[in-house]
Amino acid sequence: MTYDATTYSRILTELTLSFHILFATIGVGVPLMIALAQWIGIKRNDHHYILLARRWTRGFTITVAVGVVTGTAIGLQLSLLWPKFMETAGQVIALPLFMETFAFFFEAIFLGIYIYTWDRFKKPIYHFLLLIPVAIGSSASAFFITTVNAFMNTPQGFEIVNGVITNIDPIEAMFSPSVPTKVSHVLVSAYMTSAFVLAALAAYQMLKGKNHEYYKKALKITMIPALVFSIATAVVGDFSGKFLAEYQPEKLAAAEWHFETESHAPLILYGYLDENGEIKGALEIPYALSILAGNTPSTEVIGLNEFPEDERPPLYVHYFFDLMVTLGVLLTIIALLYAMWLRWKPRLAHHKWMLRAIVWSAPLSLLAIEIGWFFAEVGRQPWILRGYMKVPEASTTSPHVGTLIIVFAVLYVILAVGSAIVLRKMFKNNPPEKELQEYSMKHGGEIHVS
Amino acid sequence: MSLELLGISVLWIFLFGYLIVASIDFGAGFFVTYSEWTGQKHVLGNIIQRYLSPVWEVTNVFLVFFFVGIVGFFPKTAYYYGSALLIPVSISIILLAIRGSYYAFSTYGSKDNKWYTFLYGVTGVLIPASLTTVLTISEGGYLTITDESVSLKLTELLTSPYSWSVVLLSIVSVLFISASFLTYYANKAEDTRAENLLRRYALGWSVPSVLIAVIVFYMLKSQNLEHFQQMVDLAWMFMISLGFFMIGVYLIYKRKAYGWAFTAVMMQYFFAFLGYGASHYPYLLYPVLTIYDGFTNETMAIALVVAFIFGLLLLIPALYLLLRLFLFNRDYVKGNE
Ligand code: HDD
Ligand code: HEM
Ligand code: HEM
Repeated sequence: MTYDATTYSRILTELTLSFHILFATIGVGVPLMIALAQWIGIKRNDHHYILLARRWTRGFTITVAVGVVTGTAIGLQLSLLWPKFMETAGQVIALPLFMETFAFFFEAIFLGIYIYTWDRFKKPIYHFLLLIPVAIGSSASAFFITTVNAFMNTPQGFEIVNGVITNIDPIEAMFSPSVPTKVSHVLVSAYMTSAFVLAALAAYQMLKGKNHEYYKKALKITMIPALVFSIATAVVGDFSGKFLAEYQPEKLAAAEWHFETESHAPLILYGYLDENGEIKGALEIPYALSILAGNTPSTEVIGLNEFPEDERPPLYVHYFFDLMVTLGVLLTIIALLYAMWLRWKPRLAHHKWMLRAIVWSAPLSLLAIEIGWFFAEVGRQPWILRGYMKVPEASTTSPHVGTLIIVFAVLYVILAVGSAIVLRKMFKNNPPEKELQEYSMKHGGEIHVS
Repeated sequence: MSLELLGISVLWIFLFGYLIVASIDFGAGFFVTYSEWTGQKHVLGNIIQRYLSPVWEVTNVFLVFFFVGIVGFFPKTAYYYGSALLIPVSISIILLAIRGSYYAFSTYGSKDNKWYTFLYGVTGVLIPASLTTVLTISEGGYLTITDESVSLKLTELLTSPYSWSVVLLSIVSVLFISASFLTYYANKAEDTRAENLLRRYALGWSVPSVLIAVIVFYMLKSQNLEHFQQMVDLAWMFMISLGFFMIGVYLIYKRKAYGWAFTAVMMQYFFAFLGYGASHYPYLLYPVLTIYDGFTNETMAIALVVAFIFGLLLLIPALYLLLRLFLFNRDYVKGNE
């Protein structure tokens, strides 16, 4: 491949973001789950939940560290790889990026305090209160960064007169039309993913034959939120489709291989395009696309042919969209099955196959996050700032991006392997049964250890 | 004060904040590694871990704040520095990543991994060195600027005596600032052995830090005469700085009032840094970019300033709480909690 700074910059951006987003997602959702566990623990005076919160926090310190260093990397890379984009867009959208740093400060300060003050307060509720700013801070950083991404998709809040940006309104730019659906979808999918990841940890231990109460409680307190958030994710995802139909019709059309503008449009699932561009082997659901776009079969859905050829996103985003939706449905079913069984057939809720499915839900929801972003970002192509600036106009001209891709890939492998090893060691050498035993020895055996 | 000036002053103050908190952190890494070689790790390891583990993320955010802020207030810096600095800044990112993960991995993972301690120490010296290249480049003469692109003259940078003297200054300053803070901290923790060791380090690095600063000053003359002249005009600031330096070193030498000693050292660097920044004015990058032509539009500037004020209202009480709990809390510092 001949060297092309733009292509290489895209690859490096994808690499860093794909890695950062895993840790960022966990960073957004896990504080909420820790808060839930600690709060229930305090309310019910049940040490199992407190221990749960405590162990999750320990693991969280590792994922946050990787989130912070990779976030610093992407923050700098935005200027290093896309200097012209940052120079231009920065004039309009710098505000949320700047506010995000305050959210980072807030989160980092209180997390530092929270981690190191477990036994320092007489009233445990004070310690719990420290977690609230952490959860607010991390969700706020997700909010701010997502408004920036929303702006890239539906830029507004400025005018271009003779090639110069004028009439800037930072607030209008920050609240562009894609903000409501994008922010809420990103947030609920992060909560959902974090809940599944934590549930998988408990399920994995139970599969290995551990049957302490502790694990059952852990499973329940994670799987119920997972159900709530996966339904929310699907509902907001549906709104996102309606948003696209109105504001970014080319993205939806590319995702659905929808070429002619028409009403009563069918939804196309899977399939492939043959050499003549005909859709083959797909599942067609009549009217479903019109309903997704506007709630009624008679809604007219704009087709891809309305757009000049060089402004159409690549057609392979179809697979990203389908896979994300499939995973969304699958994950909701898993959570729903668990909840129903827990209610009506408790025995089945901890059945081997149920537990296996829950273990799988962790990698699958992380995969859905990745694929969702690839859909959203590739579906914006060829624009970096939709309607204003194309990707090649924005990138650096440096000849060294290729080397850096390799260097950063190595770095991320080291970080991934390192954090995996540390996390494993941390939990293996110190199982909850041992900690519970120590606790009950200290507190006169008020906890029943089975 | 014009918005331009206000913007750069705010950023400069935060950069100074980073300089102090990061120096403490980077220097600590070096001392731990060094004391391990000389078989004295047990003397320092504990005290440093206690102070640094809760705050390393906050330190990192100071850096993030600075680079997000400068691109926000002065978007053209993204174009010039972003285009030119791909390699040096990427090196910094990688070093920061190794160091950042060290805290998390070593606090909970493999406790006494020699290799990791080594990386921790080495990055503590290399990060300041690599970050200061940005300041070096701002003096002008290291970039090729055409209409289409901006690129770095890497060989020129690597063979320039000025550039190396700045690297040296950054390293020595880091060690001096760090040692004088940690002396104070060890004293509060009533850890006499650590205090004695760190006090020796602080005194040892004090005079070199000033000597090298003088060398850098003379090197600047051949690199950027205009800036040199302006620094001479602002000589009084550097004199104040020197005065604080003498107070700080005197107190440390006399084993008195370590808290005030460290404050004096901070003031020493504050005035030197302010003098450097003020004489750099109005250039962000000699001779092509000033704070006036690189500035964002007025609406955005006002929005950023308002956000900044609200941000500070949140930040200051939070930082105060952090310091109260970890720095000024007797029991915590002594390790009773
Ligand atoms: C656990 C993750 C997850 C799951 C299960 C789903 N999504 Fe999603 N989706 C995301 C995670 C995600 C995401 C990572 O958060 C994205 C990427 C960018 C964004 O705004 O959100 C996204 C983007 C995204 C977009 C593009 C928005 C835009 O570009 O503005 C649409 C239309 C949908 N989703 C729709 C759905 C539907 C109908 C789902 C049905 C279940 C669904 N998503 C499940
Ligand atoms: C281009 C996109 C992004 C940039 C430039 C970016 C930037 C950063 C930076 C600089 C940090 C480190 C902050 C620190 O030093 O404490 C960070 C961490 C973080 N980022 Fe990102 N980020 C991006 C995408 C995202 C997204 C999409 C989310 C949420 C969905 C997110 C959520 C977080 C969170 C929660 C943290 C704190 C660390 C943690 O808790 O894991 N980021 N990010
Ligand atoms: C503020 C938020 C974000 C900003 C400013 C941003 C910026 C960019 C830029 C500059 C590019 C390269 C140009 C392009 O190929 O379109 C890009 C592409 C991409 N980004 Fe985003 N991004 C953001 C959020 C995210 C997040 C959180 C992810 C999740 C992992 C992500 C995933 C991607 C991917 C996969 C591409 C490659 C698209 C392609 O090559 O076709 N982005 N983004």
